[in-house]
Amino acid sequence: MRDYTLFIPEYIAVGSAIAILAAELIWPRIRKDLLAYATAVGAVAWLIAALPYIGHTPGDFQGLLRTDDFTTYFRILAAAIVFVVALLSAQYMRERTSTAGEYYGLLLIGGIGMVLMSASSELLTAYISLELLSFSLYILVGFLKKDILSNEASLKYILLGAFSSAMLLYGISILYGLTGSTTYEGIAEGLAERGNDTDAAAIVGIMLIIAGVGFKVSAAPFHMWAPDAYEGAPLPITAFLSTASKAAGFALILRLFTGALIVDAVEWRAAMAALAAITMTAGNLIAIQQTNLKRLVAYSSIGQVGYMLVVIAAIGYGDAATAEDASAALLLHLVGYTVATLALFSALIAHYNRTGDDSIAGLRGLAETQPFLALVITASLFSFAGLPFFAGFATKFLMFQASTTDELLWLVGLAAANSFVSLYYYLMVMRQMYLFEPLAGLTRFRPSPLLGGLAGILLLGLVFIGVYPQPAFEAADGAVSALFEVSATGLVRTP
Amino acid sequence: MGFDEAQGYVLLTTLALPLVVAATLLFVPGSQKMAVRYLSAINASLLLGLSIYVFLAYQAGGDPIQMELRWAWIENVGFLQENGISLHLGVDGISALMTLLTGIVAFAGTLVAWKLEYRTKDFFILMWILIAGVYGTFFALDLFFFFFFYELAVVPLYLLIGIWGSTRKEYGAMKLTLMLVGGSVGIWIGIFAVVHEAGLGTFDLPTLWAAGESGVFSPNFQKAIFPFFAIGCGVLAGLWPLHTWSPDGHMSAPTSVSMVHAGVLMKLGAFGIIRLGIQILPDGAEFWMPALLVLGTVGALYGAIAALTQRDFKLISGYSSVSHMGFVLIGLATLNEIGMTGAVLQMFSHGVMTALVFLLIGALYDQAHTRDLSDFGGIAKVMPLWVVAYVVAGLANVGLPGLSGFTAEFHIFVGAFRTYPIFGGLAILAAAIAAAYMLRMFGVVFFGPLKPRWRDLKDISPIEAIAASLLIVSMLAMGLWWAPFTDRLAPTILNLPGVTS
Repeated sequence: MRDYTLFIPEYIAVGSAIAILAAELIWPRIRKDLLAYATAVGAVAWLIAALPYIGHTPGDFQGLLRTDDFTTYFRILAAAIVFVVALLSAQYMRERTSTAGEYYGLLLIGGIGMVLMSASSELLTAYISLELLSFSLYILVGFLKKDILSNEASLKYILLGAFSSAMLLYGISILYGLTGSTTYEGIAEGLAERGNDTDAAAIVGIMLIIAGVGFKVSAAPFHMWAPDAYEGAPLPITAFLSTASKAAGFALILRLFTGALIVDAVEWRAAMAALAAITMTAGNLIAIQQTNLKRLVAYSSIGQVGYMLVVIAAIGYGDAATAEDASAALLLHLVGYTVATLALFSALIAHYNRTGDDSIAGLRGLAETQPFLALVITASLFSFAGLPFFAGFATKFLMFQASTTDELLWLVGLAAANSFVSLYYYLMVMRQMYLFEPLAGLTRFRPSPLLGGLAGILLLGLVFIGVYPQPAFEAADGAVSALFEVSATGLVRTP
Repeated sequence: MGFDEAQGYVLLTTLALPLVVAATLLFVPGSQKMAVRYLSAINASLLLGLSIYVFLAYQAGGDPIQMELRWAWIENVGFLQENGISLHLGVDGISALMTLLTGIVAFAGTLVAWKLEYRTKDFFILMWILIAGVYGTFFALDLFFFFFFYELAVVPLYLLIGIWGSTRKEYGAMKLTLMLVGGSVGIWIGIFAVVHEAGLGTFDLPTLWAAGESGVFSPNFQKAIFPFFAIGCGVLAGLWPLHTWSPDGHMSAPTSVSMVHAGVLMKLGAFGIIRLGIQILPDGAEFWMPALLVLGTVGALYGAIAALTQRDFKLISGYSSVSHMGFVLIGLATLNEIGMTGAVLQMFSHGVMTALVFLLIGALYDQAHTRDLSDFGGIAKVMPLWVVAYVVAGLANVGLPGLSGFTAEFHIFVGAFRTYPIFGGLAILAAAIAAAYMLRMFGVVFFGPLKPRWRDLKDISPIEAIAASLLIVSMLAMGLWWAPFTDRLAPTILNLPGVTS
């Protein structure tokens, strides 16, 4: 049945996107930050419209898209991310571009792509949703068209993104050939019933899919685009890349792997564990050598992706209960990670708006010139490293604990060791801010009230999740149980 | 609300107070230095009072764990079940004594930091976060919160040393932080393994201890996981050969940080070996204790010999700390009542003694701007009080009867002779070397002809004298009348799994 009421919140978001594009067409000289505020208002309306769907009966759109608590969870997350990123962009984009309608419109569209990725229960729909987000991002990354780095970033991102899409499609077509279906349910059944003579095809198909989505979430060795895209993109888009596109990627992975591929977990779980191990180790080790903040954040987020992939490996190794618990913890960690990243970028953008310097050394003496921003940056970096009082400590602790299975203790140990490596380069950033005096000529300044306020609210959120994660964890748990009501964990392939 | 629960709120207050003060200080303007100092001094006095209360109110004959308080924090969600993670506080005899130590050293450390002028506010914010972490680790009866507070106590050190330190401060700060956090990775892995193996969906320590007694952890599992806890905590306890952060870190650290760090923080490591290692994994502890004994003995000897060759006051104390923490490990490794009692007594004794030593070194360095032994001579003539206090600390260090060091080391030696006589002998040898480096220092620095450049040195200030006398009184108390200490420790230690009487 075609139930068009399932996506009312997204209609609002699309409507806002079109309205914003139209507004700039009608009034070309409109102040660009007004568009940012309009986007923020649209995002809030989107979020509010999503609230009634909490705990709502799961809806199914022709077997292609599902709206359940899992979708709602990512809906709220997407709307919140778009809201924050729009506000972060206000001053930054006004100072750098003369047209911004497309920027804010694509931001909303990208957010919708994220929601659809979390809702997809069919491979082609998932692919199209993924491309919706990716195409928005290709343009957004290159939006500073007079900036050569931005151009380079966009081109690299498009080329590598197209390559990864091709791999993903190839994997999808192999799975289709194998199971005769593209819906997750159909694939699960097909995989459960397939004979042993198709092992090779199944492995190749699944590996290609892993490589394809691995590209999108920038798992090593498919991460090459990330540092360049992060560095060249406008700063708010870097924030969007490292939150929305990661969260969306994991939403897709979770639904696909628990709903379809878990049936054949034996074929891919070792590869997933290896991918997690390589990703976190490469990300953290390369991050040590960075001198540019955006590249540092890029590699640090690759490290974070490695931690999150541990959960996917645990889904492959553990029983149904482990899979559900680990997924719940992953969703919780995603929120903690998102809040920390957005807090970090609100402080970095406030600093960048003032100094125009995005090197690590540019933060020198920030504790003297702007102690509040230094505190926010410290808090978010400590949250990434998993230090107490900040979200990262609780969420990472719970995530690793939930992912611990007999076979994966080594991987969890490696993840803990990697957290320790990451602390080193976070401390190197802190060292600049706290141990050194500011460069001559830099005096105390005040961040704009908008960015300062945003940073303050996100800091409070960071501490709240770190000190009292129960509400967020319950929401994540509820969202995941929707996933496992229809999951294929009951189906097991008998070789 | 029962009396015991009401007392639980005393623990909660002790834990929350420094955090509240740190949060309040955030909003005090940095220029209001006196306000910062007074607020901190009031907080330190309250903490001292609360700590003394906790120690005295702990009933020597009662349950091993007293003053329990449990607040559910996260439960029945995800993999967490009933009491999954709870703010479960309580003290046993060991942590009651460690609470007292923390109160004393934090009080003395605050007084010493009184004269700090550079970024006073930031200093005290970090200091109080650190102190809260220390209290929290001693009180926590939940693995999650144990680790939470353990990390909380370690991380502020980077800034405390990096900003306010001296000699090679950045190097010392980074080395110390990385080594200690690296150690905590081991603890973290151990926690994952233990909680997963128990399969109870809870981090509650008493529940896990009970599960361990009912045989949830197989002997092989215990043998495999115990080293993670022992090495992870051992780094902080100055376990040889992972002690190298100690001399460098102490040399760089500002006075009051050295006091708190050597005085209390290193004890967290030894405490962790008891709490996590011995209490959760007794079979693993029994299996690995000979190794710990060897490392402890090597550390005791190595620290003492290294101290003998050093020329810098702080390096001498840094190595002497390694040596004394070696005694603690020897005591723990005996796994008998008297040896372990000695180990805990030594934790307290070394805490107050080393705090006093660092206080005095700081008082001297602030005026002389050098810490090289050979630069000095005859300063007893200009700094009599300073020299008296240093001699007391030094004699406690070498174990003179009547001071705390004697009580502690005597217990350890007796315990060691009962189980491993050879190592008991080597431990005594280490104590003898301690006498050598202390007496050498006395001779070179305190007596002999006064060098003219030191004619203007001033004796310790009244504030420092208050702090020093508190520490000296503690040393005398344990040295002369140790019954209140041992009475509180005995039931707890006998109750530890695998400990013989």
